[in-house]
Amino acid sequence: MAQPLVKKDDDRDEEVEYSPFFGIEKGAVLQEARVFNDPQLDPQRCSQVITKLLYLLNQGEVFTKVEATEVFFSVTKLFQSKDLGLRRMVYVMIKELSPSADEVIMVTSSLMKDMTSKTDMYRANAIRVLCRITDGTLLTQIERYLKQAIVDKNPVVSSAALVSGIHLLQTNPEIVKRWSNEVQEAVQSRAALVQFHALALLHQIRQNDRLAVNKLVSSLTRGSVRSPLAQCLLIRYTSQVIRESANNTQTGDRPFYDFLEGCLRHKAEMVIFEAARAITELNGVTSRELTPAITVLQLFLSSSKPVLRFAAVRTLNKVAMTHPTAVTNCNIDMESLISDQNRSIATLAITTLLKTGNESSVDRLMKQITNFMSDIADEFKIVVVEAIRSLCLKFPLKHRSLMNFLSNILREEGGFEYKKAIVDSIVILIRDIPEAKETGLLHLCEFIEDCEFTYLSTQILHFLGIEGPKTSDPSKYIRYIYNRVHLENATVRAGAVSTLAKFGAMVDGLKPRIFVLLRRCLFDTDDEVRDRATLYLNTLGGDGAVVETGADVKEFLFGSLDIPLVNLENSLKNYEPSEKPFDINFVPKEVKTQPLAEKKAPGKKPTGLGAPPPGPPSTVDAYEKLLSSIPEFANFGKLFKSSAPVELTEAETEYAVNVVKHIFDSHVVFQYNCTNTIPEQLLENVTVLVDASEAEEFAEVASKPLRSLPYDSPGQTFVAFEKPEGVPAVGKFSNMLRFIVKEVDPSTGEAEDDGVEDEYQLEDLEVVAADYILKVGVSNFRNAWESMGADFERVDEYGLGPRDSLAEAVNAVIDLLGMQPCEGTEVVSPNSRSHTCLLSGVYIGNVKVLVRLQFGLDGPKDVAMKLAVRSEDETVSDAIHEIVASG
Amino acid sequence: MDSCPCIKNFLLLDSEGNRVAVKYYSDEWPTNSAKEAFEKALFSKTQKTNARTEAEIAMFENHIIVYKFVQDLHFFVVGAEGENELILVTVLQGFFDAVGLLLRGNVDKKEALENLDLILLCLDEIVDGGVILETDANAIAGKVASHSVDATAPLSEQTISQALATAREHLARSLLNCMYVPVPWLADDDAMGSSG
Repeated sequence: MAQPLVKKDDDRDEEVEYSPFFGIEKGAVLQEARVFNDPQLDPQRCSQVITKLLYLLNQGEVFTKVEATEVFFSVTKLFQSKDLGLRRMVYVMIKELSPSADEVIMVTSSLMKDMTSKTDMYRANAIRVLCRITDGTLLTQIERYLKQAIVDKNPVVSSAALVSGIHLLQTNPEIVKRWSNEVQEAVQSRAALVQFHALALLHQIRQNDRLAVNKLVSSLTRGSVRSPLAQCLLIRYTSQVIRESANNTQTGDRPFYDFLEGCLRHKAEMVIFEAARAITELNGVTSRELTPAITVLQLFLSSSKPVLRFAAVRTLNKVAMTHPTAVTNCNIDMESLISDQNRSIATLAITTLLKTGNESSVDRLMKQITNFMSDIADEFKIVVVEAIRSLCLKFPLKHRSLMNFLSNILREEGGFEYKKAIVDSIVILIRDIPEAKETGLLHLCEFIEDCEFTYLSTQILHFLGIEGPKTSDPSKYIRYIYNRVHLENATVRAGAVSTLAKFGAMVDGLKPRIFVLLRRCLFDTDDEVRDRATLYLNTLGGDGAVVETGADVKEFLFGSLDIPLVNLENSLKNYEPSEKPFDINFVPKEVKTQPLAEKKAPGKKPTGLGAPPPGPPSTVDAYEKLLSSIPEFANFGKLFKSSAPVELTEAETEYAVNVVKHIFDSHVVFQYNCTNTIPEQLLENVTVLVDASEAEEFAEVASKPLRSLPYDSPGQTFVAFEKPEGVPAVGKFSNMLRFIVKEVDPSTGEAEDDGVEDEYQLEDLEVVAADYILKVGVSNFRNAWESMGADFERVDEYGLGPRDSLAEAVNAVIDLLGMQPCEGTEVVSPNSRSHTCLLSGVYIGNVKVLVRLQFGLDGPKDVAMKLAVRSEDETVSDAIHEIVASG
Repeated sequence: MDSCPCIKNFLLLDSEGNRVAVKYYSDEWPTNSAKEAFEKALFSKTQKTNARTEAEIAMFENHIIVYKFVQDLHFFVVGAEGENELILVTVLQGFFDAVGLLLRGNVDKKEALENLDLILLCLDEIVDGGVILETDANAIAGKVASHSVDATAPLSEQTISQALATAREHLARSLLNCMYVPVPWLADDDAMGSSG
């Protein structure tokens, strides 16, 4: 070992990169580890070798299985030494090696001996090591000692056992749960950290028992908790109890609010902050409850400690989202934080100010931000951009300076996400603030002149095509668009061609010139660009004559594609080339609800140019194929909608039956999916007897029995009803499963010849109004709403009575109507007192319906709702109101 | 929801971002390269900040980082995004001060590496598997030092200021080349010669 382990001071001064581990090498250290096997152990030398081994592990060196085992075995020899320091290193080493089960056995007895030793340090550490490496079987052997250790006089031993309990609860909950008496005793300990660990463990043991947690909290909030850490835990548990009990109490009182407020006067900053944060996060917190918490946070803002300032400003930033007025008092302190050395603090301060600022302070703020933007990271910039967007929506008069700011930062360097955030913001501002439209569009035009992101270019071109022709001087945009045809890649060129065509379609004066440009595109090198140019020239009548653009052409160019792309893709895949052209009208329009996992995170609304999320492949095709293969139903026409399966039997009954409701224009077909769960039975001639006496408008026209239903292979039987055409008839149906049952010999699988007729009662089934509405999303609700016009708008207000929460009321109405929520508006942000939800759908008879729901809390729990419906048919608008009124 | 405060990792890096000692409790960084990438990114993000008088704080990849620098050593504590920042900084301060006590005020990379065993034991006493064990620097240093074979009075009985005074004294003396602070295992190695 040629290590420069030299002690003389003058030598060390020469060696600049001096390190005791200089030139260390794994193989050599492993060789050195042989000293562990010496009969005469030298504790100091052994400690030193262990340190070297730990150093190697710490640097990311990996020991092979063989090496690790060898080291482990030699380390176990060191238990012979009585040296305290060495033993301590041995404990750390064993934990680092994380031995396998058969290796653990080698040290178990040594560790168990240490666990019962008189030396506190041995007991504490042996417990921690043993619990770290042990498995369940060993745990039962040492359980007795662990329970004793929890109530040990020595706080270090007690803490070691409790913390080990916290870890073991994850793997062996049933064992740890048996210790709750001891843990309970430890909660009363005078040692601060023991109390903290005991409280953490006790709560985890009882966390699923709401009553027990409630009792624990109410007894401790009255008693004295010594350690600040334990006090923080108690605050967390208290707000959890408040959260869970919030739904039950009708009064405005909060059971433990006084405790939280009291903690604001605690002497430890950590506790004060924990309590302040807990108060700001209470559901439906009132401004009176907020004030004391805001006051302590405000004090923290001017602290000399960056961590305190950060914690306070981060919390206030969150409060500003829901209660901007409560934070305005802190604005002066906040402004001084803009120049904070710590950029995270500065960013949070700025975004908070943007949320709480008033109109007069905007210009001053923008000046401060401009200096600041250049030296923060993209992630912070995005936060600032989003805050500026919402500020601009709040103060539309300030759009000029804010829009200028956005266009300035758009020209600077930045990554895709940042640029997209800016472009999205500008697009939203253009949509919502009419005065900002022309300047905003020009900013976007300038941006695509030098934009490296194809996605953004095409999105902006598309947007220009919609908004540009409606401006006072559309011609000024043409140059920017046509430049793209020369300078960009094929995707952008194709997008530019479409945009040109839209200008041509909308602005007659520009037509001749547009035709010239489009004709030039016919010589493009890319197929798609040429195809588009040809298509548009033909649809717009590019043979020279300037004719008024037909309505269907406009619809083709501007109308939204109301078919989910996935469905279109599926239909195109299934289409077989033949004489019959592909008909887009036969593509199913239903958006299948997405599985929960795919849903976007709540509060993350798709904004601006973002396309609606694609739905998963639908089962509509499968149903349609199935039904059209049955001759009785073949003449019912096009399937309008199929419901999700409704269970008609309890789980785990003899026969499992669910039903799918297929809605046609003047028929309804019930598809009963039956499963026979009895191996000894074969069912034959299975039908469902439907009693439609509570569904007056329905008349049974056909029934298709299931010939045979063997064990565990599902089959279907159908019943069809006629109903008045295009009318959303509703009704209740009672069902009886009738069949002939035959005994089956389980050994041979053969059925007997004779069967017995039998019946089986199923649950009732309802056809409801939502069955007549298809979930069809629109990509831009506002555009759709405006283009639908107010001709058949129906508005009315409803009281929904007391509800658990606003979100619950919103979901209830969405379910009742069975329509597609748009733009993420089905998500209600917590603590809000009002919410607007946008729904779209297609009513039977292919009538588009758009619904705007405005919810508000009226009193503590009562929910009021304003319902505005627009559709292409006034009877449909009325029908929607009727559904809500009767629902 | 696990509401117990949780430490994701400790990092003790040198002035170039190299590891002196690290300890990960979270499996968010499964491989050594993931850990090194994290350390590198974190180091370059915080490098220019001044965290010498007060502990600093940053948001980084959905973690809260509190950190403090002294000489050529950078101390970091990483916690979850929603964690109480003041709890994290208490842990950092406990670690920082305990190391100061154990190294007797000579907190720099060289000293830390020479006493790496103490640093590792110190980490072991502060956090167990992510759960905070102890935050009081005197208690931590006391537990670590109580079994180091050092001649001076037990650290647990000293206050920080006393310890720093002792440290200053030590420093002065070693500068005068009167006495070298014995580092037990190093001294031993010297005595044994380089047999390895």
